[in-house]
Amino acid sequence: MEIDLIFKIASVGIIVAVLNTLLKNSNRDEQAMMVTIAGLIIVLMVIAKEISSLFSAVRNLFNL
Amino acid sequence: MNIFQIVVIGIVGVLLVLTVKEKNPEFALGTSLITGAVILVAVITRFDGIFDFLNRYMTVDGFNSDYIKILMKILGIAYVTQFGAEICKDAGAASVASKIELAGKVIILSYGIPIILSLLDTVRGILG
Repeated sequence: MEIDLIFKIASVGIIVAVLNTLLKNSNRDEQAMMVTIAGLIIVLMVIAKEISSLFSAVRNLFNL
Repeated sequence: MNIFQIVVIGIVGVLLVLTVKEKNPEFALGTSLITGAVILVAVITRFDGIFDFLNRYMTVDGFNSDYIKILMKILGIAYVTQFGAEICKDAGAASVASKIELAGKVIILSYGIPIILSLLDTVRGILG
């Protein structure tokens, strides 16, 4: 569960970077921006799930 | 989850952060945040043993056990505050990090008030 989560996020980042340069060279800058935003949303959803599991673990361990 | 795995996860995470950083920094922040979260989740299971020990053996007379609960709350708050503040510092937003740390200190102080009161009572008892 742990290490492949990091790989997933990093791979999304790299794919977005490659697509950005690709789209920018074929002067479609707005699609490049849309790809960046889509990648960001995916990353944020994964991070939100992981952070919520971390915080709930902290909450019921330290009974905050 | 022994220390070697944690160190490997940290190093691999930082490597990936660096590869992604110069092209688009927001994914670098995401990767470093996930790496921190993964390591913390892995470490947090170790706290159970520590707290069982604390609860069982720290019931010395004259030291009631709800101070242990307050200490655990304070530890948890410090844990989360430090996690959030470091992430903001990584991203370069030192001002936001200092605000988070200030909030953490205020909350911890508000939890610590009963302990301080009982300390004052014992001191007054000794002196009075």
